[in-house]
Amino acid sequence: MWPLLGVGVVVVGFLLRFNPLLVIAAAVFVSGWAGHLSLYDTVAALGHAFNQSRLVSIQLLVLPVIGLLEREGLKERARLLIGKVHAATTGRLLLVYLFARQVTIAFGLPIGGQAQMVRPLVAPMAEAAEETQGGPLDAPTRELIRAHAAAADNVGAFFGEDIFIAIGSIMLIKGMLDQAGVIVQPLELSVWAIPTAILAFLIHGTRLLLLDRRLAARR
Amino acid sequence: MIKLEHLYIALGLVFAAFAILSFGDRANGKRLGNAAFWGLFAASFLAGSHLGDFANGVLVLALVALGGFGALGRGAPKTTTDAEREVRALRRGNALFIPALLIPIIALAGTLTLKRATIEGVLLLDASQVTLISLGFGVAAALIVAMLWLRPPVLAPLQEGRRLIDAIGWTAILPQLLAALGAIFTRTGVGQAVSIVATRYIPLDQPFEAVAVYCLGMAMFTFVMGNAFAAFPVMTAAIGLPLIVHKFGGSPAIMGAIGMLAGFCGTLMTPMAANFNIVPAALLDLSDRNGVIKAQIPTAIPLLLANTILMYALVFRF
Repeated sequence: MWPLLGVGVVVVGFLLRFNPLLVIAAAVFVSGWAGHLSLYDTVAALGHAFNQSRLVSIQLLVLPVIGLLEREGLKERARLLIGKVHAATTGRLLLVYLFARQVTIAFGLPIGGQAQMVRPLVAPMAEAAEETQGGPLDAPTRELIRAHAAAADNVGAFFGEDIFIAIGSIMLIKGMLDQAGVIVQPLELSVWAIPTAILAFLIHGTRLLLLDRRLAARR
Repeated sequence: MIKLEHLYIALGLVFAAFAILSFGDRANGKRLGNAAFWGLFAASFLAGSHLGDFANGVLVLALVALGGFGALGRGAPKTTTDAEREVRALRRGNALFIPALLIPIIALAGTLTLKRATIEGVLLLDASQVTLISLGFGVAAALIVAMLWLRPPVLAPLQEGRRLIDAIGWTAILPQLLAALGAIFTRTGVGQAVSIVATRYIPLDQPFEAVAVYCLGMAMFTFVMGNAFAAFPVMTAAIGLPLIVHKFGGSPAIMGAIGMLAGFCGTLMTPMAANFNIVPAALLDLSDRNGVIKAQIPTAIPLLLANTILMYALVFRF
């Protein structure tokens, strides 16, 4: 049971709200000790794994161009666009985005993302919709709307992507079952991702419409 | 042939520029900390493939120390004021969206067409990474169009990029660090330990119990690891295949598909999935680091229960 000690460090560290970087480093050393790795091997394993994971930071490459467009008024333009649509509410707008994100990613189209779409476009539009409906926003309301903009992107991506047969997680499921001698076709896996995708849309969509009510009650 | 390594070098150069510009930013009282942090991160991208594992490990620990003990401040790169942005937004119209939309459009077009593209018989790019490399093309195209059309100062993209990366701060390395922790957990046998606990202490005599433990276990293990991909092989080998498929005769395709999605419900709730939950909170300037997670939990819990019921209803029927 010793390997679980590292997991315990993470859970306790996050609960006590220590700096996550320090918590993770501590968990690495505790796990290394529990797994009988020497100090040198533990540091080397950390370096190796960090280096192999550089792929997950590639998305930061979009920051200069997004920042440049913000400088030239992209967020303000997104606000202007939504401000003209009087039927637009925060909830309805995010509902449309949720639907579009689910459908496009189900066809393998990676249109979305927190740095590319949410920060410069979706969040400002969602804020502008509420400003059009109820006037200037206070700070907690603004943060609530932004958090929901990020959430719509995540929910849409997670519960749409598995409908596309060539996505990484489908390959992982197939690979794992293949190794165990159980052969399934990627298409079977994709088809059975559809009921959950629909449920996710219904549950999160309902919450977005309730968000409109909540925002109206705050005005 | 264009490979991932070329994107790493591009990103390394961008971060090296962030480091140099941070160093010269006297408005930031902690400018040395920022310069050191982004400089080390740049070194990881530029030289990580040649440094060796131990040197990379020392580099990571230095990043952790700088970020963990508060060495970073927030720079104040020169940018436009809110009023200037309003004016520009009016003047430039909806064409402002074009460069932003070029990124996904070119990423998509590249993914669809460049997989087998060759120049004089040599593959243009590494086909296994076509999506990420096409994203790189999209960013380059958007940048060129924006520079030619908007004619900002030459350093503007780097200064504006620094404005955004300073808003993200040390959180920027969290996704990579968590991925590394996941790899170390796997190597030290966390998976086996979890499956031993799950199978030894929890009753699994009924089909519904097996389905419930599998789905909830996927979500919980994903919560801890921050990644459903790490949870899936462990839970499926421990409970999914031996019990749901072999003992109770369930469909492996339905189990796998819905099981993975049950794991994704865990991803929505965990700070360990930093790329999706923590970095966006920083990117959107939320005062609560867990703001995005709080917006997602009321969807994740009902959806997890729905997935469990859905699997039970379908897996033994088809």
